[in-house]
Amino acid sequence: MQIEGLERIVREHPFFAGLKDEFSTLICGCAKNVRFEAGQYLFHEGEAADQFFLIRHGRVALEIASPGRGTMTFETLREGEIVGVSWLIPPYRWTYDAKALELTRAIAMDAACLRQKCEADHDLGYEMMKRFMPVLIERLQATRMQILDVYGAHD
Amino acid sequence: MSMAPMTDLMTADTSAADPMLPALARVRRRRRDGPDVWTLELEPEAPCGTDFAPGQFNMLTMFGIGEAAVSLSGDPAAPGRLVHTVRSVGPVSKALTRCAPGAMIGLRGPFGIGWPMAEAVGRDVVVVAGGLGLAPLRPVLYRLLAERDRYGEIVVLYGTRSPGDILFRRELEAWRRRLDIDIEVTVDHAIGDWRGEVGVVTRLIPRAAFDPLHAIALVCGPEVMMRFAIAALRDAGVAAEAIYLSMERNMKCAVGFCGHCQFGPVFVCRDGPVFRYDRVASLLRLKEI
Repeated sequence: MQIEGLERIVREHPFFAGLKDEFSTLICGCAKNVRFEAGQYLFHEGEAADQFFLIRHGRVALEIASPGRGTMTFETLREGEIVGVSWLIPPYRWTYDAKALELTRAIAMDAACLRQKCEADHDLGYEMMKRFMPVLIERLQATRMQILDVYGAHD
Repeated sequence: MSMAPMTDLMTADTSAADPMLPALARVRRRRRDGPDVWTLELEPEAPCGTDFAPGQFNMLTMFGIGEAAVSLSGDPAAPGRLVHTVRSVGPVSKALTRCAPGAMIGLRGPFGIGWPMAEAVGRDVVVVAGGLGLAPLRPVLYRLLAERDRYGEIVVLYGTRSPGDILFRRELEAWRRRLDIDIEVTVDHAIGDWRGEVGVVTRLIPRAAFDPLHAIALVCGPEVMMRFAIAALRDAGVAAEAIYLSMERNMKCAVGFCGHCQFGPVFVCRDGPVFRYDRVASLLRLKEI
């Protein structure tokens, strides 16, 4: 019963919209409900990227700490979005901190479990790649704009 | 490519005898609106009229230093005063931002073709601004809010560098409290206790609530940001002919004589600065211009 509820939540999350039944059943075997209080960290830079998160409710800040400059937030994510892509590509390590800005409910996906299923079923692996690549590209383009500092004095 | 001037849109009021001759204007107020950004309120000495259309610009003269094109950023319905928001970057803009109340400067204008306010009536209006690009769009917001019933959804998406760079912050906060306008602000990065959005402004577009088939989009900011914003608007389903952008080039004469602001077959000062996207899309891809 609990698995059925989880499967429904995963299927209704925008990131997995339209996912085939067979895939959602496979994916849900790696999923669990999690909750973070405001200020609680989902993960820290340098740790193993052994999960990723589908935000159901709340907001998450992605941060990098810089000595002498404090902690810089470079992106905020909200309901319907995903936190974490580093689980997909070696060395499976987080390169930033993720902090809940408010009470945040999410689905946590066990990355090792999902990677194993993707290796065993390449159709599932390709499906995951097709869903994660646009996120990666979008974030790469956003990063490019941020690096360009387009709003600086030269604009 | 041939391009007819957009005569259906508001054109410059250059009824003065000589559009090249600056009139005198006195700085009445000066307010800091960002780390290097100041807003000047000017009062023309002679009764030369202060009517302008949202999106138009004036040429401001610092005598003995030079002249610069600066967008009008005030309320087009407020009589008697002209408001300009200036970032201190070059000799003229640096001198302008140091003008104390009472100082006299030169003023020519208003010039150019502004935002298509008539075309916006009855439609959802999506305003996408980046950095100082909010300044030429603020007159649009005054007009939209003054005539709120004439438009559908009003969505304002504003991105800037950091929380300290947010332009017209108090006004944005006041407008956000209204229930009939959706204002989203994001910054590229934040340090400290910023609780708002962080990320590029283009990410706000897919989340915004408007009908892309019946929306008009007004975009102003650095050209790179505008190209990305237009791509995101197109991805959201907004037609190319429903997207308008304000271009910035090196404007000198402001009346299409000198060619300094030539942008392919058009002059930004005379045929713009606001252009319909589909009419300049191919030009935006040319690095040479």
